[in-house]
Amino acid sequence: MNAATGFDRGNLVRERLVVIGNGMAGCRAVEEILARDPDRFAVTIFGAEPRVNYNRIMLSPVLAGEKTFEDIVINGPDWYADNAITLFSGDPVAAIDIRARTVTSAAGRVEPYDKLLIATGSDPFIIPVPGKDLPGVVTFRDLDDVEKMLAAAESGGNAVVIGGGLLGLEAAHGLSLRGMKVTVIHLMPTLMERQLDEASGWLLRQELERRGQTILTGANTKAILEADGRVAGVELEDGTRIKADIVVMAVGIRPATGLAKAAGLAVERGILVNDHMVTSDPNVLAVGECVQHRGVCYGLVAPLWDMCRSLAGYLTDAPQGYEGSVISTKLKVSGIDLFSAGDISGGDGAEDIVMRDAARGVYKRVVVKDNRVVGAVLYGDTDDGNWYFDLLKKGEDISPIREALIFGQAFAAGGVQGDPNAAVAALPDDAELCGCNGVSKGQVVGCINAGAHSLDAVRSKCKASASCGSCTDLVEKLLAITLGAEVESGPKTLCKCTSFTHDAVRRNIVEKGLKAIPQVMQELHWTTPDGCSCCRPALNYYLLCAWPGEYVDDQQSRFVNERLHANIQKDGTYSVVPRMWGGLTNPRELRAIADVVEKYNAPMVKVTGGQRLDIFGIRKEDLPAVWADLNAAGMVSGHAYGKSLRTVKTCVGSEWCRFGTQDSTGLGVKIERMTWGSWMPHKFKIAVSGCPRNCAEATIKDFGVVCVDSGYELHIGGNGGMHLRATDLLTKVATEEEVLAICAAFIQLYREDAHYLERTASWVERKGVDWVRAQLLGDPEAIGRLARRFHYSQRFSQDDPWAARVAGERRDLHAHLAEVRPLQREHA
Amino acid sequence: MLTGKWLDIGPTTQIEPGTARTLPVAGGEEIAVFHTMRGEFYALVNKCPHKAGPLTQGIIHGDTVSCPLHNWRISLRTGEAQGDDKGCTPTIPLKVDGGRLFLLRDAVMAGVVA
Repeated sequence: MNAATGFDRGNLVRERLVVIGNGMAGCRAVEEILARDPDRFAVTIFGAEPRVNYNRIMLSPVLAGEKTFEDIVINGPDWYADNAITLFSGDPVAAIDIRARTVTSAAGRVEPYDKLLIATGSDPFIIPVPGKDLPGVVTFRDLDDVEKMLAAAESGGNAVVIGGGLLGLEAAHGLSLRGMKVTVIHLMPTLMERQLDEASGWLLRQELERRGQTILTGANTKAILEADGRVAGVELEDGTRIKADIVVMAVGIRPATGLAKAAGLAVERGILVNDHMVTSDPNVLAVGECVQHRGVCYGLVAPLWDMCRSLAGYLTDAPQGYEGSVISTKLKVSGIDLFSAGDISGGDGAEDIVMRDAARGVYKRVVVKDNRVVGAVLYGDTDDGNWYFDLLKKGEDISPIREALIFGQAFAAGGVQGDPNAAVAALPDDAELCGCNGVSKGQVVGCINAGAHSLDAVRSKCKASASCGSCTDLVEKLLAITLGAEVESGPKTLCKCTSFTHDAVRRNIVEKGLKAIPQVMQELHWTTPDGCSCCRPALNYYLLCAWPGEYVDDQQSRFVNERLHANIQKDGTYSVVPRMWGGLTNPRELRAIADVVEKYNAPMVKVTGGQRLDIFGIRKEDLPAVWADLNAAGMVSGHAYGKSLRTVKTCVGSEWCRFGTQDSTGLGVKIERMTWGSWMPHKFKIAVSGCPRNCAEATIKDFGVVCVDSGYELHIGGNGGMHLRATDLLTKVATEEEVLAICAAFIQLYREDAHYLERTASWVERKGVDWVRAQLLGDPEAIGRLARRFHYSQRFSQDDPWAARVAGERRDLHAHLAEVRPLQREHA
Repeated sequence: MLTGKWLDIGPTTQIEPGTARTLPVAGGEEIAVFHTMRGEFYALVNKCPHKAGPLTQGIIHGDTVSCPLHNWRISLRTGEAQGDDKGCTPTIPLKVDGGRLFLLRDAVMAGVVA
């Protein structure tokens, strides 16, 4: 290459600019400088890769076969020659001497500088697991990596990509197109969690799975496995083993700061620079992914252009300063439209505007704060991405177009400013409002005028918005336009995140076969990205009830008591109630309880109203040990903490009592053995009394049995709580078998029909005793059908949760992260 | 562990997304370290401003935790109670570096009686 250092420029000698890094940042910076003042510097560039400058972000299309290397070269050899730039490629700089103002290359070349520009970029982060250095383990950073992947893909086989971020997914896509069977392992529960929320991440995952990739989220890599001296597979923390002929590590990047640090420059996560990209040494500048500016390190290309402009301005005496960048992301995977920009994490004062269109697989979410767009995620329809990004960067006040914002630029520009209803009012009568059911605006208005004065009435009359619900907003506006203040509010929705009622959500879960919380939220157009503490537990229960044995319980959607299998108390400690079947106990159990109380200094032990013992004041760290001791004496969880079967209270019955008519205790034990462990909409209490004196108070329980001479009276829907309610008599039967069958059927009916957090008392009042009776007794087959479904679901819920914790499951929920003991420091 | 401006409290993988864990400080306030579904980490004193409920045990949604005792919603970013509730839990500056979690030492020790 042309070497040209320090030659004359009139009377001046050119300043010597040495650039470390022949990548996108280094070369762009030089281009920007040359554009401003072509004669000012004599430029020397050192590059580690043995080739000219190319567009690194286009490596994904090269891998996917959509472009060749030649297509992505930015500056060929001519550019270096034309601009008298000396390029030392394949000879990386090994050291900087900021006092002598020289750099020394790996080959020993010493080059003096007046200004030094560090553009070393970043290094792929390698997770420190066994096998990370095996042949066949590659990163996705440069052309060599791509070539290794292409070589592997030639013989087909299995590829594992560790990392479900932007880079990892692009690598996976390329390898998949090249014919490999690809598995993506991602540590987080959501793909691309830095850019996507749970909802859009779930849509992306579905699409990738549809394309044949296997996506494992929440998966932690334990080791890379070896056979015959090269990579053979990947083992996860949970023991899963996945075959692999090639492993791509794409878990993230780290600013390459080694040279700068060794030279004594100020470095934190990246090389510290000011607004003119100057480091702690006035003659050394830095730009690109290796820098940290105002606390931020960037890993995308757009900020790099901004940095290069301000750097060039500064070096050519026209400083303008860099103020940081707002970034947007698009995934370069063909056929997947995905856009993310700004801050989508929500936060204080931020408001989400969400639109979902399940039929088209569209999810749009715009985050607004103080009437300004601060972030946006779009999936399936990214046409308005740039418009939102523009609004975001300009910080425009969106209050005039707020109502129309989510529908996009075309809609917002359509003159709806000021009146949110105007756009709907302006629609022609034959405009189709509800795509699912083919209902026009005119039909909806006609239906409203005919007396449908609420959303629900419209839904049941003409079916508009009754299916996917995406036009709910439009129907509500039509109601407002047509009726003004006379709109009747519909039944209560499940929570403020949705316009659907509990019943509609439950029906849709079953009819549409929805089997995961994010899927329900997408299909039913949730208006928040990941729900709230009201809807998450409800959805978790509804899914658990609808798909026994299939749905995987989401622990993060459970209240603390059900997560820790104990009852939290006001001081943050827990109370523990072991099960005592039918209220019976024995010396062994009582001894074990007494021992636990003493061993863990439980300040109180109390007899509960449900005929068992409650041990108070146990710390969460001690729970597994307490349970181990109780398990050892044969006791299991009493579920005193759950929306589940609590206790079966009994009296002593015919075995001892002179008035007893039947074996109420024995029957109570049988019922408890049948029903324990079942999850319900709310807590559920049962009692069996041996005679009409009703010592077990069966007529204020959810299900009560009162024994009489001729058999058993079965009572339902009682409650001894805030609103005292006596049971309704359901029926009378002659045998224990019938009691058990009707009990199971009644519970299952309640499980399948009631709203989450609705006790049987309010449920029976809402539905009517006659309805319940008809459901259970109207059809001779009904009891058998419901009972069978109950018993099937019980197959998956009658495991003692305490025993699982004792065995070490979810230790993280009980153990502290660490402990800080400041006093130790003073002794040290 | 106890040197420098930042306190290394271990790898990020110790806290599953959507959960939180406790970090007792001898002589000081117990700290709650949160990992949101979106992969962000936050640290707060483990006490709800309402009745001192342990926030680690709440349901985490977005960047908010709902206190397990009375369902107050607390912002993980600012510690402020949300909605109509008023109150604030102190936050502890946290940074993630190289897959490890660091807390600002001075903030961790803030409540420690010397």
